[in-house]
Amino acid sequence: MYKYILRRLLQMIPVLLGSTFIIFAMVFALPGDPTAGMCGERPCAPAFVAKFKQEHNLNDPLPTRYAKYMGNLAQGDLGTTFRDIKVADELKQRYPTTAKLAGMAIIFETLIGVIAGVMAGIRKGKFMDNLVLVSTLFVIAIPIFVIGATLQYYLGVKWGLRPVTVSPQATVNELLLPAFVLGSTSVAYVARLTRTNLVENLRADYLRTAIAKGLTRRRAIGLHALRNSLIPVVTFIGADFGGLLGGAIVTERIFNIQGVGGYLFTGIHNRDGVSVVGTVTVLVLVFLLVNLLVDLLYGVLDPRISHD
Amino acid sequence: MTEASTIAVGAETSAPAGHDEARSLTSDAWRSLKKNPIFWVSMALIVAFLLMAVWPSLFTNVDPAEAVLKQARERPSANAWFGRDIQGYDIYSRTIYGARASILVGVFASIATVLIGGAMGVIAGYYGGWLDAVVSRVTDIFFAIPLLLGGILFMATFPNDVDSPYLLVVGKVVLVLSIFGWPGLARLMRSSVLQVKPNDYVQAARALGATPWRIIRAHVLPNALAPMIVVATINLGVFISVEATLSFLGIGLTPPAISWGVAISDAIVALRTTPHILLFPSLFLSLAVLAFIMLGDAVRDAFDPKSR
Repeated sequence: MYKYILRRLLQMIPVLLGSTFIIFAMVFALPGDPTAGMCGERPCAPAFVAKFKQEHNLNDPLPTRYAKYMGNLAQGDLGTTFRDIKVADELKQRYPTTAKLAGMAIIFETLIGVIAGVMAGIRKGKFMDNLVLVSTLFVIAIPIFVIGATLQYYLGVKWGLRPVTVSPQATVNELLLPAFVLGSTSVAYVARLTRTNLVENLRADYLRTAIAKGLTRRRAIGLHALRNSLIPVVTFIGADFGGLLGGAIVTERIFNIQGVGGYLFTGIHNRDGVSVVGTVTVLVLVFLLVNLLVDLLYGVLDPRISHD
Repeated sequence: MTEASTIAVGAETSAPAGHDEARSLTSDAWRSLKKNPIFWVSMALIVAFLLMAVWPSLFTNVDPAEAVLKQARERPSANAWFGRDIQGYDIYSRTIYGARASILVGVFASIATVLIGGAMGVIAGYYGGWLDAVVSRVTDIFFAIPLLLGGILFMATFPNDVDSPYLLVVGKVVLVLSIFGWPGLARLMRSSVLQVKPNDYVQAARALGATPWRIIRAHVLPNALAPMIVVATINLGVFISVEATLSFLGIGLTPPAISWGVAISDAIVALRTTPHILLFPSLFLSLAVLAFIMLGDAVRDAFDPKSR
């Protein structure tokens, strides 16, 4: 078990290095002069520009810059932005908000998705099944920003049922609607995936045995069929985590949430490479760790899968 | 997509047919597909969107670039079926002409991801060993960067000018979706090749001295292609949706290019007073995404013997 975790963590290193290098290379190819607009209406003095470039290693070739950056990163330093703010400080402030948002979205997609999937799966071909199948198709087809803007307008502005935007404190109540919007597509996928796998497992021999030996239908489905159906669902939720982080950029823009997604977008717009690379590095690291966690969860759901 | 289904169909027919009474998997799948109303609905929608993309003038003779500012935000009426948007453009005409960008992006990004992902998957799955290790790690690297995040970074690095030619703008979006969209298909292809490889007919071909290229082309590919084609069809819808999201964030396709994403992005500010401006492009976008997802679903069900 520990050997397996260690091997996975070691495998993560080249992946992390590779993906951060791609991002690093793309971000520092961003056109535009980072010193533009820093000295008011006039262009910056050459001495200042030279000092600025020296401080941010802008004169080095790309691989050297990347190596220097990773060296600092290994010591826990995410770098300082062109506006002299520590990226780590900024992220510390914003990460809890996005973590709360993404966490709530995952709770939504697991709860609603699995319940809808089970309700559809145990009544295959009946009304409930068709209702879930059709409604999830529509949710998947409508882009997240249309769902977000429409719900914000009707629930927030027109009927006043929900807060329209999210304050910097980002309370759970304020985040309910954005998290629902962020998780909506995944809810649909989780529901369909649960349904398909449940339908398959309901025909399995072990379930017939369970019912034959006198288990109630409820217990047979809940304990045996559902547990076996959840493995692909857990895999999906892990892989979808990256999609949630991308979707958070859109959701945070619509609902004016002061989170990592919005920070990333402004970073890209302001040509502030350091903040972008720092944020994305942390995002990719979180994504990889979540997927490791998912692989470890398999063993809990299905004891036949062991990692020894 | 007609191409997608014919590839799958064409590929499967080369598989050896059983004795007289048994039908091949393909003809079996085609028979159940023919009976599926969802298949025909999605095909009808797709044909309609393809026609819109190729000959928009078939549907409307109004110039999409003609702005009648005096009638801006006009509601749907007899002379402008879908009403007019903020700039006074005819929404019906803009929506019809917008199909081209979405279809181009979806089709070409899908073809590119199938080619890259398929090749990578076959190399990793068939040759194994160190080649598999290298290709799988490269796949992991690209998989770790969420599609939307990579898209935003790339489009910010290479922004569009107002006078960039149309095909260049579309090409950039296709390129970025291909770069970050192939890893999922590569993983899928690798696992199907691993399933096909130990089969007797592959071993027999190898024993007879067939070259690896011949074995892959004649035996492995035809039997491992179907799952990837199904996912690629569904991805086509996803790519259309991501393109719209990028355009919504203001960095995918940019005006003067006409696209549903651009139209939706412009319409959001007018949601409170004139929601019809948002409704029509979102409706068409959702229908297009829906059509490809439904087609993928139908083809998967037809090829999955367990679903019958």
